[in-house]
Amino acid sequence: MPKQLLKGNVAFAEAAVRAGCEAYFGYPITPQTEALEHMSKRMVELDRTFVQAESEVAAINMVYGAASAGVRVMTSSSSPGISLMQEGFSYIVGSEVPVVIVDVMRGGPGLGNIQASQSDYNQITKSAGHGDYHPLVLAPSTVQELIDLTTLAFDLADKYRTLVIVAADGSLGQMMEPAELPPMRDLREERPSWALTGAKDREPNLISSIYLGADNLEMFNRKLQGKLALIEKAEVRYEEQFTEEAEIVIVAFGTAARVAQTAVKHLREEGLPVGLFRPITLWPFPEKALFELSQKTKALFVVEMNAGQMLHDVRMVVGIDKPVKFLGRMGGAIPFPDEIERETRTLFEQIMTAEME
Amino acid sequence: MTLTLTEQQEDVNIVEKLVYQRPLSLADVHTHYCPGCTHGTAHRLVAEVLDELGVREDTILVASVGCSVFSYNYFNVDACEAAHGRAPAMATGIKRVNPDKVVFTYQGDGDLASIGAAEILHAAARGEKITVIFINNAIYGMTGGQMAPTTLPGQVTTSSPFGRSTSLTGYPMHMAELLAGLPGTVYSVRRSLHDARHVIQAKKAIRLAFEAQINELGFSIVELLSSCPTNWGMKPLEALNWVKEEMVPAYPLGDYKVADELKALSKRKKKS
Amino acid sequence: METSMIIAGFGGQGVLFTGKLLAYTGMDEGKQVTWFPSYGPEMRGGTAHCTVIISDEPIGAPLVAEPDIVLALNLPSFDKYEPRVKPGGTLVVNSSIVPKESRRDDIQIVTVPANDVAEQVGTPKMVNMAMLGAMLAYTDVLSLTAVAEALADHLPASKADLLEQNIQVLQEGARVATAVTKPVPV
Repeated sequence: MPKQLLKGNVAFAEAAVRAGCEAYFGYPITPQTEALEHMSKRMVELDRTFVQAESEVAAINMVYGAASAGVRVMTSSSSPGISLMQEGFSYIVGSEVPVVIVDVMRGGPGLGNIQASQSDYNQITKSAGHGDYHPLVLAPSTVQELIDLTTLAFDLADKYRTLVIVAADGSLGQMMEPAELPPMRDLREERPSWALTGAKDREPNLISSIYLGADNLEMFNRKLQGKLALIEKAEVRYEEQFTEEAEIVIVAFGTAARVAQTAVKHLREEGLPVGLFRPITLWPFPEKALFELSQKTKALFVVEMNAGQMLHDVRMVVGIDKPVKFLGRMGGAIPFPDEIERETRTLFEQIMTAEME
Repeated sequence: MTLTLTEQQEDVNIVEKLVYQRPLSLADVHTHYCPGCTHGTAHRLVAEVLDELGVREDTILVASVGCSVFSYNYFNVDACEAAHGRAPAMATGIKRVNPDKVVFTYQGDGDLASIGAAEILHAAARGEKITVIFINNAIYGMTGGQMAPTTLPGQVTTSSPFGRSTSLTGYPMHMAELLAGLPGTVYSVRRSLHDARHVIQAKKAIRLAFEAQINELGFSIVELLSSCPTNWGMKPLEALNWVKEEMVPAYPLGDYKVADELKALSKRKKKS
Repeated sequence: METSMIIAGFGGQGVLFTGKLLAYTGMDEGKQVTWFPSYGPEMRGGTAHCTVIISDEPIGAPLVAEPDIVLALNLPSFDKYEPRVKPGGTLVVNSSIVPKESRRDDIQIVTVPANDVAEQVGTPKMVNMAMLGAMLAYTDVLSLTAVAEALADHLPASKADLLEQNIQVLQEGARVATAVTKPVPV
């Protein structure tokens, strides 16, 4: 398939269609609405399910229903909508049905604005609802990667029967880049054995997140934690650029990472030994790789489009002794490379001065 | 030892005529419902209808949050447990990807008329081809007798200890009438479970509601006035009497909407 | 080699489409491109802008503090972006409705009466094409021929009958535009 100039929101929606998504339930919210619009056309053309729900609360519960019936299903939204969906997320994980969510993050808190932001990091990686769990969170930084990770999200959701969130942002959703879509996959021929399809020639199936009694619920939670441990072992993804012999490593994800990438390129041209570490899975966080890298570098520089949410994970990994600098833009602001370059130079000077002393 | 339906029938036919048995759509378990509660009656009516229509193996129940939270244990069908109020949304998701299955929600008044008011209204507005069994007992049962959106004016509950004040809390919601006003609804009626005659009428309504779905006509709901002796602080018979004396006048029984297509359908059935 | 462009004007002036056309042309030429719109509640009459980057290498930051090229289709856009053009870069001004002159002496300033050109050669809606023609005449990021080809390929089907007129406005914009280049301090 040749490359097409694709808008991020359209790209991930079409990627979902091609990954065999049989049902989409959503509610319009900027900056992700083009995805819902694309689905309203494509799903109907293909005789699949599309419903514009009355709210994000209803949308996620429709998704929960369709997932319980054993089809590949998704919704997409943006930060305030994701907040509303938290209830459904918890039930979905609690009853172990596979679901894919795309969060095109915007500025908060409250109504905030519709510009690009990364301030959902905590709400999607730490819990995403009540109870003890993490969704699997994938963070693309280009339109191509948004396509690839949305496709992967469906496979991972099925593999682990869990919630997978693709963490995009307003910038990725709205921008256009040349990208290649994967070929159309066949739809699933048979529903999974656990799905709600009618108890014909078998005992009834039950999809539920209720476990009465502390013993039962603790047992289920142990099982869930076991699954999460498996995911932590098998699904960590990240990218390193120019980290060989880098003295400072910038840590950033998504749109912030691609801005940092430009900054790193410029700084390297100046001869400064700077590298980039880009987590692709925000949960599981690439702890081991980052720790090992931090052992070889003098300082880390975390850049985010929030007040420092991933920063906590970085600090946890590298320990209190390692210098960690932070640059955060909030409220929908996207950093320019030159701010990152300026701050990195200052950090270098500080390190040099400290070493001389 | 459990016998299959045919075995039971054959066995029994030899000896005497079978007049009463557990519907196949009901699981062979004890329920957790309080003595005198009409949930059991409502369950049995639904199960009998599923049996009679021959759709047990194609039926999916969406249980809700409230006293009927464990209804998935009592119906012998595929089932799921929705979040509080969200059963109509979850049922929408299930039905849309299983259009050939029979999907029904079983919800109480707190679930349907309070926290899930948006979901039920929009499921009806979209004309979702699902059936809703709505238990109205004018109180929150599971949490211990708080005021519901259907609590009668002056009724004492644990959260309206001086009696429901309409100036502070407004008026009871008449869901059967409300939902009848939406074009997506093909069947919206209110029945009561307070005596045998009304129970028989309730069953007929439940059957028609499922037939509306099976014939792909649209959204159907049966509101059932029910008793809650425990939280009303009454004996079972007093409670049934309270349904008759207090609830029926406040919530008039009747057909609030029977779409023409459904009327035609039931006429054809009667003739044949 | 990486060239960044900001196209800015009123909503309805075809600002976003102009950016898309540049991105399509760059992509068809085998280059890396990004198109980044302003988005929000502005519809017709509001302000709109987009950033386009065309590069030989993968593109990192989709936004730039100092664009290489700015197309200012109206006065607010002129006021906002004139100071931001990168030294050595190009500012294209719609002199039909921008009554100001740039005082900068470190950039190339291209002037074109885009509204007049559009009205005379095409339709009043083709202001963006006149601006684009002017830009292509005085920069070497893309050729006018390549843009005209991309226009033929990507003009929405509903507007296919306007293709010839669009190309004529593009060419006329290129023809009548004038440029002042002040010596760039080395």
